[in-house]
Amino acid sequence: MGQIIQYIESYLGSNQTPGAAGNMFWVLVYIMLVFAGLSVAVIAMNWLERKILAHMQVRLGPMRVGPHGLMQPIADAIKLLLKEDIMPAEADGLIFWVAPFVVVLAAFTTFVVVPFGPTHAITDMNIGILFMLGVSSLSVLGIVMAGWASNSHYPLIGALRSSAQMVSYEVAMGLAVVSAVLMTSLNAEGTGTLSMIGIVKAQFDQGEWFIFKFFPLGLVAFFIFAVAMVAETNRAPFDLAEAESELTAGFHTEYSGFRWSLFFLAEYSAMIAVSSIAVTLWLGGWLRPFPNLLSGSTWELIFSLFPGVTSLFFAAMCFFNVVRMPKHPLFKIQTMGLAGFGVVLGLIGLVLLVPGIRDRVGDIFWFSAKVAGFMYLYIWYRGTFPRYRFDQLMRMGWKVLLPMGLGVLILTAGIALLQEKIWHP
Amino acid sequence: MTDPHTSLSHLDLEAPEKPFLDANELVINMGPQHPATHGVLRVILRLDGEKVLGLECVIGYLHRGVEKIGEHRTYTMFNPYVDRMDYVAAVSNGLGYCETVEKLLNVEAPPRAQHVRVILTELNRIASHQLWLGTHALDIGAITPLFYTFRDREEILKIYEKYCGARLTTHAFRIGGLQYETYTGFEKEVKNFLNFFRPKIDEYEELLTTNRIWVERTKNVGTISAPDCIALGVTGPVLRASGVKWDLRKAQPYANYKNFEFDIPIGENGDTYDRYLVRMAEMRQSVRIIEQAVDALPEGPIMAKVPKVMKPAAGEVYHSIEAPKGELGYFIVSDGSTQPYRVRVRPPSFVNLQALDLMCRGQLVADVIAVIGTLDIVLGEVDR
Repeated sequence: MGQIIQYIESYLGSNQTPGAAGNMFWVLVYIMLVFAGLSVAVIAMNWLERKILAHMQVRLGPMRVGPHGLMQPIADAIKLLLKEDIMPAEADGLIFWVAPFVVVLAAFTTFVVVPFGPTHAITDMNIGILFMLGVSSLSVLGIVMAGWASNSHYPLIGALRSSAQMVSYEVAMGLAVVSAVLMTSLNAEGTGTLSMIGIVKAQFDQGEWFIFKFFPLGLVAFFIFAVAMVAETNRAPFDLAEAESELTAGFHTEYSGFRWSLFFLAEYSAMIAVSSIAVTLWLGGWLRPFPNLLSGSTWELIFSLFPGVTSLFFAAMCFFNVVRMPKHPLFKIQTMGLAGFGVVLGLIGLVLLVPGIRDRVGDIFWFSAKVAGFMYLYIWYRGTFPRYRFDQLMRMGWKVLLPMGLGVLILTAGIALLQEKIWHP
Repeated sequence: MTDPHTSLSHLDLEAPEKPFLDANELVINMGPQHPATHGVLRVILRLDGEKVLGLECVIGYLHRGVEKIGEHRTYTMFNPYVDRMDYVAAVSNGLGYCETVEKLLNVEAPPRAQHVRVILTELNRIASHQLWLGTHALDIGAITPLFYTFRDREEILKIYEKYCGARLTTHAFRIGGLQYETYTGFEKEVKNFLNFFRPKIDEYEELLTTNRIWVERTKNVGTISAPDCIALGVTGPVLRASGVKWDLRKAQPYANYKNFEFDIPIGENGDTYDRYLVRMAEMRQSVRIIEQAVDALPEGPIMAKVPKVMKPAAGEVYHSIEAPKGELGYFIVSDGSTQPYRVRVRPPSFVNLQALDLMCRGQLVADVIAVIGTLDIVLGEVDR
């Protein structure tokens, strides 16, 4: 018993990720935390997407289930779980059954290396970014399986579109990633890194986010990645694979109930996964704004208050809306629910202000805030853009993004070499 | 303009194209339950991968026998039925029918009624085009314009509701004029709507006209040449987008359109983008017409002298109007009794729909959706 406790405690002082430290207990805890956090994020994203999109489109969105429809995602989840499990008679049973799991597994496994903070990752692999790209591209396998196993025309076309799209955009994506990885090697030793944590640390050491590095090269690489990642996750305006008006629902036309919700879960966690790659590579990962410029204990204190203050701000918004709620008996439960939500947020905010905790969660907060920005962009795209046609999408991938990616890579390499050999020999 | 009697032979719609090399042809049923076929249209697509080799429209899922019903109703009783054909432009349908029967009876609606008819019909044209724009953009993947157009269309429907109590199937006109006098403040409300609506057209255009993806999706998609349009009998904005300046409001003025100043917007290339531009310009022209009509709204009776029991002399009449979707014609044969011997409707959607195959040949699946949207069909009118 003592040994077990000692084993558990041995990690606490470590400045490594549990995976790197080899402590399986904490690995398990972190996996649970990431899984739970991700599920909550997907649920929140579902609600936010519907709300934000609705407000862009002069409507209200979900309003009935809970205050401002806050319980809508939960109601939907229950509905999906209770639905009849339908498998088409002509479908290939085994593959049809396996496909959603492949997609979900691929989407979730990528989070093994996502660094929410210098120690807040399940593990730190020295090939982290490769692992992430590799595993996330496995989801195309699940999509093809789903389309094929459905034994139906619309899913088949959807799956074909999807696989062609994902494969071709991965090339441009890879080139953009390489140019960022190249930037990590611009230190005294000249050693680059593929580790996700290493990439963020390199940005800290070099004193700037890679999006601003070799302006505008970093920005262009980031742009290529930002476009490719939307295509990679099959979201508007590249949502051809599930183009509702063309292919009804694309590769998951024949899926319903829980299986369908797995695809949904996978899509949203894939969105979060690629956004975290973008944040890690170009936007400084978990780093707070100006970590080098505004250093010192005062600034540390100010920035460490951010998570708690943000949470308290949202709590205040809740209370503000409680006051604004119609004073009608029908709204009583809604008002109480909103107030309760505000109280929960307020308590979380207060907990986040406790000295020991606020120092630990700052990095997670900044990372999530940056990812949330990308999530908002995803919603914004969906509200604004029409859908690309398949050939236009391919042309864009191969004829625009790929040459751009190559150019950026060559230029980055050239400038990096110049910097190393001539400017700072 | 080219020779209107162009033959159809060069279209060769019977012989479908062959798939590339030994590729398998894929036959897909699009519809009758499909989100983008605007109702219950069924399109049998023959595909080579994504490329459309040919397609066949299967219609009739919404057939209600409107024409047959007309033979068993008196002239007055049949009036509400026509509203159910093109249900998004019910007022236009009513106008066409009432004018046709008026022609048969040799009566003419008084000027005030004519003016109100023009106002309501042009409002209806705007409403119909708004619905087209919303659904067309939705089909192409832009989901937001739909909600904007529906928000603004609501204002038109409110005017209808105040005028005659119904929003969609209005039955606004009667044979010989109008049943209802305009309500108090009608002119003001219509004018308010026009002032409200003018900037809204810019808002729609801002979202789409210069949107790169929108332009890429619509330019050179579903192109149809003017001779082909004429050979197939295609009318309305589709014909005008191909460069033919043919608008029945000018070509064969009905109601009192000759009193108003307006332009006929035409396109050049006959592609989906031009049709979009033409319809957007038409909305602006409709605003112009309504403005003139409201300003010049005369006083006077709203109903001509029409017999209680209508028994037109035996004979036949064809009368057509420019509905939002094209030429809407009514052919009525009277045998001297209280009921028409035969009512035949020439619906624009039905005729325009036959151009679908020609417009989609060699294009991609996604273009079929765009073309169905741009043809602006209403299945209630196609099937009747």
